[in-house]
Amino acid sequence: MKETASIHISMRFLRVWQRNFTVYRQTWKISFLPPLLEPLFYLLAFGVGLSVLVGTIDYGGSEISYTSFIAPALLAINIMNNAFYENMYGSFVRMYYQKTFDAMMATPLSLAEIITGEIVWGATKSVMAATIMLGVISAFGLIQYPEGLLIVPLAFIGGIAFGSMGMVFTGIVPNIELFNLPIFLFITPMFLFSGTFFPVENLPLWAQNLAVLLPLTHLVNLTRSLSLGVFNTSLLTGIVYLIIMCLVLFPLAIHTMHRRLIK
Amino acid sequence: MMKQKHNALNGSGNPVINARNLRKTFGNLIAVDDVSFQVFPGECFGILGPNGAGKTSTIRMTYGFSPMTGGTLEVFNLDITRNARTIKSRIGVCQQENNVDPDLTVQQNLEVFALYFNMPPPEARTQALNLLKFMALDHRKDARATELSGGMMRRLVLARALLNKPDLLILDEPTTGLDPQSRHQVWENLEELQTKGLTILLTTHYMEEASHLCDRLFIMDHGRVLVEGKPLDLIRQHVGRDIIEVVEPSETLRAFMRSWNLKHEDLGHRLIIYVDDGNALYHEISKDHCTGGCIMRMATLEDVFLKLTGRELRE
Ligand SMILES: Nc1ncnc2c1ncn2[C@@H]1O[C@H](COP(=O)(O)OP(=O)(O)O)[C@@H](O)[C@H]1O
Ligand SMILES: [Mg+2]
Repeated sequence: MKETASIHISMRFLRVWQRNFTVYRQTWKISFLPPLLEPLFYLLAFGVGLSVLVGTIDYGGSEISYTSFIAPALLAINIMNNAFYENMYGSFVRMYYQKTFDAMMATPLSLAEIITGEIVWGATKSVMAATIMLGVISAFGLIQYPEGLLIVPLAFIGGIAFGSMGMVFTGIVPNIELFNLPIFLFITPMFLFSGTFFPVENLPLWAQNLAVLLPLTHLVNLTRSLSLGVFNTSLLTGIVYLIIMCLVLFPLAIHTMHRRLIK
Repeated sequence: MMKQKHNALNGSGNPVINARNLRKTFGNLIAVDDVSFQVFPGECFGILGPNGAGKTSTIRMTYGFSPMTGGTLEVFNLDITRNARTIKSRIGVCQQENNVDPDLTVQQNLEVFALYFNMPPPEARTQALNLLKFMALDHRKDARATELSGGMMRRLVLARALLNKPDLLILDEPTTGLDPQSRHQVWENLEELQTKGLTILLTTHYMEEASHLCDRLFIMDHGRVLVEGKPLDLIRQHVGRDIIEVVEPSETLRAFMRSWNLKHEDLGHRLIIYVDDGNALYHEISKDHCTGGCIMRMATLEDVFLKLTGRELRE
């Protein structure tokens, strides 16, 4: 089977999604807790504790509270983390330790369908986490509706983008310890410098230019605009950025996994 | 123990598997080198060989898991390179590792796996429960798959391979690592499937297993087929009917062997003599040459195997 042959993706990928959902349902009560509690912790620590020091923040010409500045960033970070970690640690464990993909590959499922199912599952986790968090944050009156509802489909696109990124690493790392490297080199800097806890404009110019390259910067910008109901042209740039990221990384993820598993 | 089945349609009808000049290389390593074989409907065909012989590589190509480096392969008269999905929907595979799903229960393992074949959930449930009963696992259906013993886990993998009611069952070392009780239980299950007419391709390095289950087999080593045939025929052809083993053979016995040009193997502390009718010779030898002990026994497939693949350790 040449790679092109296994690229054909039928709706069968949903079967892989269903497998993960079946596993998830067994522990959903525990899985629901992080997205429920995490925003509460952050809002308490940063919003209440830190906002006294920070005061208000200038956003698009108007002053907003520090809590309403970081709440959308928490959403974006969770969209990123849920898909990224699911398709990195989660998929790696299934592939490498549990040999789940090997068993699947003896059935009519193609490798491309298996990987698609995994990535769509990762994106689903992003959507679920974002939805729960949206509910919690809304209770503090920090989300503008109906614009805020668009964060749900955005979470899916962001999930596919970051999940594909995680899957690319799963396709190339020799062992699970090496995941520390992409986390240290990509995820941590993005967590800190993507306009999450302070505006990108506070950085020196060279760093601002770097930050604009980071996908999380665009995702944060999007969730923040939608949460606050402020629309501008940077939203279009952001959504185009994420879609291009999907279009590049998703096939790349299938390619690296193909190279790894089809021997 | 040695069994010749008559229901197998040897040599007649269209082969279920038709493999011609299969080759598989990993970089410079030639894992499978020009292997050809055919498996006919209702037959149990065995691939025997020591570790690293290329058994797994051969059958992985057969079920469309790994691409062939060379050769042609048809399963159900379909070319594997173009019809992998159709072929896979009609075969059941039991891979070498017990890759059960540790995140799921025993029953869920089967029900979720049935989804991969697009089986409707109610049918999947019925099929799962039937197979759990057949494999004597129904009392453990709610246990986590990882809580099962080795034998039970193997039977779960076997049950999983039968979910889609396959026309061909492919088993990679079905009983390696099992205790004798579990091994015999798996054999019983496989024999029952055989009597129902299921075509089976299996690999093993247990000669007893091959004699027990296989209608035909080949022995391979270093990627190449050494001999092919029915178990009994292979024994007759390559070692004869009887084996006489002499412990601590004397020099006179060795000279005797050479002068009569008898088929034998000298292992230093042990002499192995291959004969068609050993009674007279055994009588002769036991008179004068049995100081260290000697026995006569029936020749087995293991004798063929060791004779052809050598006695040095592998791995
Ligand atoms: N994915 C692989 N990459 C490199 N070498 C491999 C791979 N799979 C098998 N081999 C090598 O091919 C040879 C045959 O292996 P295998 O088919 O697994 O043998 P068997 O199943 O008879 O023990 C061995 O030397 C093995 O190391
Ligand atoms: Mg093997």
